[in-house]
Amino acid sequence: MKLTAQQLKNKIKPILGKNHNDPAMLVSILQDTQTELGYLPRKALAEIHKELNIPLTQVYGVATFFKAFSLEPRGRHQIQVCMGTACHVRGAEKILDTVERELGIMPGENDKDLRFSLETVNCVGACALGPIVIVDGDYAGEMKIDKVKPLLKNYK
Amino acid sequence: MVKLTIDGRQTEAKEGAMVLDAARALNIYIPTLCAHESVSAYGACRLCTVDITTRSGRNRMVTSCLYPVEEGLAVKTTTEKIAAHRRMLIQLLLARCPESPELKAMAKKLGADDTPFPKEDPAKNHNCILCALCTRACDEVVGQSAISFVNRGVAREMAIPFYNDSDACIACGSCFYICPTNAIQMTDKNGKRRFVMPHNTMEFELAQCAQCGRYHLPKRQIAWMAKKSGQPLEFFARCISCREEVRL
Ligand code: FES
Ligand code: FES
Repeated sequence: MKLTAQQLKNKIKPILGKNHNDPAMLVSILQDTQTELGYLPRKALAEIHKELNIPLTQVYGVATFFKAFSLEPRGRHQIQVCMGTACHVRGAEKILDTVERELGIMPGENDKDLRFSLETVNCVGACALGPIVIVDGDYAGEMKIDKVKPLLKNYK
Repeated sequence: MVKLTIDGRQTEAKEGAMVLDAARALNIYIPTLCAHESVSAYGACRLCTVDITTRSGRNRMVTSCLYPVEEGLAVKTTTEKIAAHRRMLIQLLLARCPESPELKAMAKKLGADDTPFPKEDPAKNHNCILCALCTRACDEVVGQSAISFVNRGVAREMAIPFYNDSDACIACGSCFYICPTNAIQMTDKNGKRRFVMPHNTMEFELAQCAQCGRYHLPKRQIAWMAKKSGQPLEFFARCISCREEVRL
């Protein structure tokens, strides 16, 4: 998805408006921007810096501080494999291995047609359902190795 | 005024002043790396740790650069425990930047020859201890915020945005002058001012004096000075020596 400067402006403007153009809402603004664009492009950070009249260092500092923000393009679907204690003892390691092998990528990477991004998380508070895989915010509990492939099939 | 004692000496300090300032007013030495009178207190290096006993008898260790004076406070700046504490701190910093002459000197002063901790590769941190003096000076004194911390935890570094956007920098060199470990290098050569920061480099054009022809100030700094002072740009066309001479 390539946006022109004007298109980018048009996308960011309502996000800033929704957050009352308030620099104190920076985290929320970055979250909304990432939801809208899939990641935080350099130009978007520059636009937020100009519109809010705050230093670019501040925007960049916050954007790099939180692991949830990505400054690189990410896949269309976000996969999170829980590596928390409860999921771990129920075999999360093997589930992760399987996902890695299926997609040919490691945590923190995107597959080459940008369909999936993979990352690990540490406990999502649903331990009784472990091991857990989350795709685009949907929880798939009691995962088994042979359930990985069918699960990923659902996402184009 | 607030009454307190430091190392047994009675003293008074303004409400809101920090214990460090009160001690310095008495010429009592407390080691510091991240404190500077021109910027706000930050508490990064922890070397200024002292022992306090409050009026109600509570005893603990605090960083004196960040602890405001209070009535009846009894401060001890040197105890066995504090000395050991400071030694450990400087040894940790030394493990981070094993080649820094400034840190080595400080370690010696605090009674540590070397660090028992595994040393980092000097090329990893480039003598930067993340004290934030440079970022505070750039933000609070210069008002530009051209540099800041990026990333988090062990990946935290001081840098310009995207490691290559120096738009906000006016090349004044405040960061270079204030750095306690000389982690920032600044050189003027061939009409250019070059900065080698721990994790990025930058180069800026210097302006030539209209009279003597010597390169005197970065062009961006001149623009900044003109804006701040309200003087026209031409006022800075000549270097300070040429300007002074005319006035004499
Ligand atoms: S450990 Fe996976 S949800 Fe708690
Ligand atoms: S001088 Fe107080 S923490 Fe560094």
